[in-house]
Amino acid sequence: MESWRAQPAVFWAFVLPGALWLLLFFIAPLALIWLLAFGERVGPVEIDITWTLANYAGVFDPVYIGLFGRSLWVATVATVLTLVIGLPVALAISFAPARLKPLILLLIILPFWTNILIRTYAMIAVLRSRGFVNFGLEYIWQLGTAVLAPFGLDEAVMGARFVPLELLYNNTAVIFGIVYVYLPFMVLPLYATLDRLDRSLLEASLDLGAGQVRTFFSIIVPLARPGIVSGIILVFIPALGTFLISDLLGGTDSLLIGNVIERQFKAANNWPLGAAMSFVLLYVTFAILAIRAWVAGREGGLGKA
Amino acid sequence: MTETPAQTPIVTFENVTKSFGRTKAVDGVSLAIPRNAFFALLGPSGCGKTTLLRMLGGFEHPTSGRVLIDGEDMADVPPNRRQVNMVFQSYAVFPHMTVAENVAYGLKVTSVPRAEIGPRVEEAIAMVRLDGMAARKPDQLSGGQRQRVALARALVKRPKLLLLDEPLSALDKKLREEMQLELVRLQTEVGITFIIVTHDQEEALGMASDIAVMKEGRILQIAPPRQLYEHPTRRFVAEFIGASNSFECEVLGIEGGMARVRAPLLGELKVERAAADVRAGTLIVRPEKMRMDFSSPDPDPGEVLVRAVIDQIAYFGDLSIVYLTAEDGRRLQCSRYNVNRIDKGDPPPGTPCTIGIHPEDLLLVGD
Repeated sequence: MESWRAQPAVFWAFVLPGALWLLLFFIAPLALIWLLAFGERVGPVEIDITWTLANYAGVFDPVYIGLFGRSLWVATVATVLTLVIGLPVALAISFAPARLKPLILLLIILPFWTNILIRTYAMIAVLRSRGFVNFGLEYIWQLGTAVLAPFGLDEAVMGARFVPLELLYNNTAVIFGIVYVYLPFMVLPLYATLDRLDRSLLEASLDLGAGQVRTFFSIIVPLARPGIVSGIILVFIPALGTFLISDLLGGTDSLLIGNVIERQFKAANNWPLGAAMSFVLLYVTFAILAIRAWVAGREGGLGKA
Repeated sequence: MTETPAQTPIVTFENVTKSFGRTKAVDGVSLAIPRNAFFALLGPSGCGKTTLLRMLGGFEHPTSGRVLIDGEDMADVPPNRRQVNMVFQSYAVFPHMTVAENVAYGLKVTSVPRAEIGPRVEEAIAMVRLDGMAARKPDQLSGGQRQRVALARALVKRPKLLLLDEPLSALDKKLREEMQLELVRLQTEVGITFIIVTHDQEEALGMASDIAVMKEGRILQIAPPRQLYEHPTRRFVAEFIGASNSFECEVLGIEGGMARVRAPLLGELKVERAAADVRAGTLIVRPEKMRMDFSSPDPDPGEVLVRAVIDQIAYFGDLSIVYLTAEDGRRLQCSRYNVNRIDKGDPPPGTPCTIGIHPEDLLLVGD
């Protein structure tokens, strides 16, 4: 830290471009939205900043509170699922032979090379009634029927005709979509933590008589905590604000707060309300991060006591 | 080493080979380690000593041959089912647990009664002299203290075998000497067989009851420290354990344990053979066993004299190592204890001197 104090010119030369960029394209628009939340519509496009709190009051309409609740629930379930799927994947990669690691990591990152919209449409092709999952199931159904037909059991066991599963346009599809899209955000920080884990700690655990399962929960999971926390934050926050995935994969009852905010800015043309909602969402996120920081600080403090 | 039938070895390696790809880390090793020994596996890095140790821990499996612990074949026994514990080179102390939690871990994961854990943990912490540190986290401990945690954590399990992988290499010199004494004390106290891997010959000589010297996956010699130093059977062993001066020689005849040899500078003489199978090889003599004389030659009876010139002197306080060039250009070294505080000091480089060697201090070792 002392070195850049000796060379302030170098420090500013490196920091300034990024700082200006953030100021111009992040801080300034955010400030505008913040202002809009205190505005009143006076015409189709004109908004006066009157410092009214009516927009914030509007957010606490029971309908919107319910949507906030559902969004939190969907984001939580999706994040937990991502963690449960991502942790074994990250562990497997960190134990893979060194020459295979870049390849597997590439496979994990590969979906990023495609636009999220296209990936979500691809999910529709997989999950819809006439989609790949149902095609596969129908094939199994046909096989089963063919095998059971000679015994006259086909209709009793497999049903008279194949009924496709309703996989799309419900909350499950939305959660599925979030897990699919955000899995890499979970796997990568977990992998980064697990790859640095001293292997002799795992050997020591085995050496002391613990089995593999015990070692996983007593040694690997606690030591992977920084990665787990990063992964949870990286998945939970975008999942909380998602509107594209719920829009495309969700049904009428899977509207999330992100969709409502999007509608305020577009179809409903109520920017002040949309702005207020955005900021409430932002405050909720801040609150969650603050709680996390407080918990981490308390544990760190205990460790040093 | 004689072995009574009642005292079966605690560890037996039977013709064990371990290959990693095309390289043989361990090459046909057969070895028996007696009960309650403080056994050292000594050799340069890459000699296979750590691989042997890890086979006992269950972290490596022999490509061929058998490993037996207490007479039981270990082939299908995973690390967590072996009554063997290891102190890892990096100590591998769990960073998220306190000292007490680290020590208790090995008891909690096995079926040790809850009531027994507390007293045993306390006892183990006291044994390695970490009293009062039980609640500390590893990042609040020094390297030496962390190693004591690793030791306590292993010993609290009361294993049949304690494995130590280069336990002292990360400690500074003072702490290393302290820990050497400590380890010997612990070993006598708990009566468990200790097997230590080290590349440091002083460490092995200072602690071990028996030492196996390894090179390129093979064991060259197994002997107690004194015998290893005074009776090395191979030139590599002589040069790896301590320093030695070597003279290539021609064997003229074998007479029992002795050999008639002719060597440059030394002439014809009768020397002891290091082992029955040594019929040719090299003469070695330890630097401290050569007498240096700067005045006129005044030989002891039977002494062989070599004329040399001083090249360089390395002063270590308690002793000085004198590097010399003999008449025929051969480099020799000779060590002298600085027994008097008031001394003229070492003579300057270029000073001619005479070296006296007693033939009984010479040993014929195999190449």
